Amino acid sequence: MKHTISVLVENEFGVLARVSGLFSGRGFNIESLSVAPTLEPDTSRMTIVTRGDDRVLEQITKQLNKLISTIKVVDFTDEEYVARELALIKVTAESESRAEVLRIVDIFRAKVVDVTARSYTVEMTGAPAKIDAVLQLLTPMGIKEVVRSGPVVIGRGAKGVTG
Amino acid sequence: MKLTGSQILLESLRLEGVDQVFGYPGGAVINIYDDLYDSQIHHILTRHEQAAVHAADGYARTTGKVGVVIATSGPGATNTVTGIATAYMDSIPMVIITGQVPTALIGNDAFQEADMCGITRPCTKHNFLVQDIRDLPRMIKEAFYIARTGRPGPVLIDLPKDIQVASMKFVYPEAVKMRGYKPTVEGNERQIGKAAQMILKAKRPVLYVGGGATLANVTPELLQLTELLQVPVTTTLMAMAAFPGNHSLSLGMLGMHGTYSANMAVTECDLLVAVGARFDDRVTGRIDAFASKAKIIQFDIDPTSIRKNVRVDLPVVGDLKSVLNSLLTQLKGYPQEVSDMVHNSVNWRADISGWKAKHPLRYTSSESVIKPQYVIEKLSELSAADAIITTEVGQHQMWTAQFFQFRQPRTFLTSGGLGTMGYGLPAALGAQVAFPKRQVIDISGDGSFQMNSQELATLVQYRLPVKIAILNNNYLGMVRQWQQLFFNKRYSQTCMELPIDFVKLAEAYGATGLRTDKVADVEGVITQALEIDGPVLMEFKVCREENVLPMVPAGKGIHEMVLAS
Repeated sequence: MKHTISVLVENEFGVLARVSGLFSGRGFNIESLSVAPTLEPDTSRMTIVTRGDDRVLEQITKQLNKLISTIKVVDFTDEEYVARELALIKVTAESESRAEVLRIVDIFRAKVVDVTARSYTVEMTGAPAKIDAVLQLLTPMGIKEVVRSGPVVIGRGAKGVTG
Repeated sequence: MKLTGSQILLESLRLEGVDQVFGYPGGAVINIYDDLYDSQIHHILTRHEQAAVHAADGYARTTGKVGVVIATSGPGATNTVTGIATAYMDSIPMVIITGQVPTALIGNDAFQEADMCGITRPCTKHNFLVQDIRDLPRMIKEAFYIARTGRPGPVLIDLPKDIQVASMKFVYPEAVKMRGYKPTVEGNERQIGKAAQMILKAKRPVLYVGGGATLANVTPELLQLTELLQVPVTTTLMAMAAFPGNHSLSLGMLGMHGTYSANMAVTECDLLVAVGARFDDRVTGRIDAFASKAKIIQFDIDPTSIRKNVRVDLPVVGDLKSVLNSLLTQLKGYPQEVSDMVHNSVNWRADISGWKAKHPLRYTSSESVIKPQYVIEKLSELSAADAIITTEVGQHQMWTAQFFQFRQPRTFLTSGGLGTMGYGLPAALGAQVAFPKRQVIDISGDGSFQMNSQELATLVQYRLPVKIAILNNNYLGMVRQWQQLFFNKRYSQTCMELPIDFVKLAEAYGATGLRTDKVADVEGVITQALEIDGPVLMEFKVCREENVLPMVPAGKGIHEMVLAS
């Protein structure tokens, strides 16, 4: 089962390597990982998407908690949360398909951020499933390159992940 | 007053109560060694950095203090890795200080540069790269705090050379402030209450005690608990000395080379109470057959140890000292129930006595060839009650666990988790530094001994009277045993062909060497060795193809033992 985990860590040397090393060293899989400092410059927040059964997830959260640099771990899977991901999609856009690409971009409220005679680069943010949907629609046009950030998540309502 | 980084390091060590370090100098720590020259801190110069770490480990295991190691950058630092991984697997409190190239050169593939934080990340509890001298006192304070609290472990401080020579006004922090590190000490009272009720209802209970019991110094509490409830106790390899082997309720070791009674008791019990034990695969054998009739209670300070390998019905996270005392207090509130429980488990203890009588630990003795088990029995008989025993890894290690009768906690030092050949001699060295007056004996195989035999020089230099007993069968015995049983006797690369003159080797270093291949001389050699005031190497030419039994073949349940005939 897919799990989305938020990890609040000390913003210090080697923390990302500690977290990623924990996953690789114990044979856990990271599907995506995004990280940036929080409002407090001495802490960073990671969003990790991983897979595993209950036993594996229990170990992942316990092992993450065990790291000295970890301040807090929250598994969002059973919580209400908002997830957003950024994708940059370079799609072939030659004479016959240029209008169609723009139409799709418009429907999904995405944005063209670079144009050449033969391609558009589209910026898209949204729930990961929405990005999947755009990619599916653009694939027949010929996608040259995609880069996705992996989701970042935040709990709904007042509940927050703070140290 | 301003101090340099290396002076700050030594002053901080002093404030942490460190009076003994182990190490090996080099270019990247030359400033530390220069300041050490004027310091009150004693330093033991080993002949290899790996040995310095094992020595600090042996010092830590016997004293309960934090072992401290200093090594230089690059190869000096990488040589420490096996020792650090050994300490990590067995949860030994340790602080390792490695020199590093100057901060300006880090990442440039400078001479003798190695990314020690990267290399040791998976085998330390935590590590630090000091990038600013202002962080140094805080990092040392945190390193010691992390090493000795919670589930103990090794912490590495990588200290660049320019920071050792920089200077600043020194103030050592009074307290640590770490948002992410708050080990649970007190166990949850409600959970402990549930544990007490489960124990009181049990008819066939077993205590399964691991290395955590030694680390938490809970031998007195274990004895109280055992005697109150009359519950049989089995220990892991790591906990052999945490519970007296001659106690009537002791089952000895369980697992792959455990006793018949311990393995049968765990298989048939209705309640297994794990105390600071982590259900290692060498203990459990086939998981689905392990304690399959039992409810399992697990007491451990480390939440990651709980439910890692086996299902657990009731976890209690906390320091064992606090948890067991709280459990004892709760149990004592139910005198009638305790008495009923003891009464209800009479048949269980009778079953166990039956198993003990049916299949005790045994071997076929011989008049013509020295049986290794016989040497261990004689060492056990002739050594002092407080003798500290270390082992290397292999057959001799298992025979020691089986046939040496441990009497006091912190008297058995062995590499349980990592299984590090070459551990025993330097660990003995460290133990002897800690307790110069006590007997310290390294029980070794000929293979393991050769992994760190250079430390004979350290023993002689510092007049450390460690006794070494080599059970020489000219084989890598444990691998040979597996090849015999599971690989059709194809002894691939396990025969140590060259006959080494271990007596001459000892003498070359200035130690005493004794040798025998006669059964009748074993006792005399041990007695003589124990009387000599200095390091002695005893070589016993033992039966070459003796096997460690009982044995649970890999992939089998622990009740499916191959027994000694």
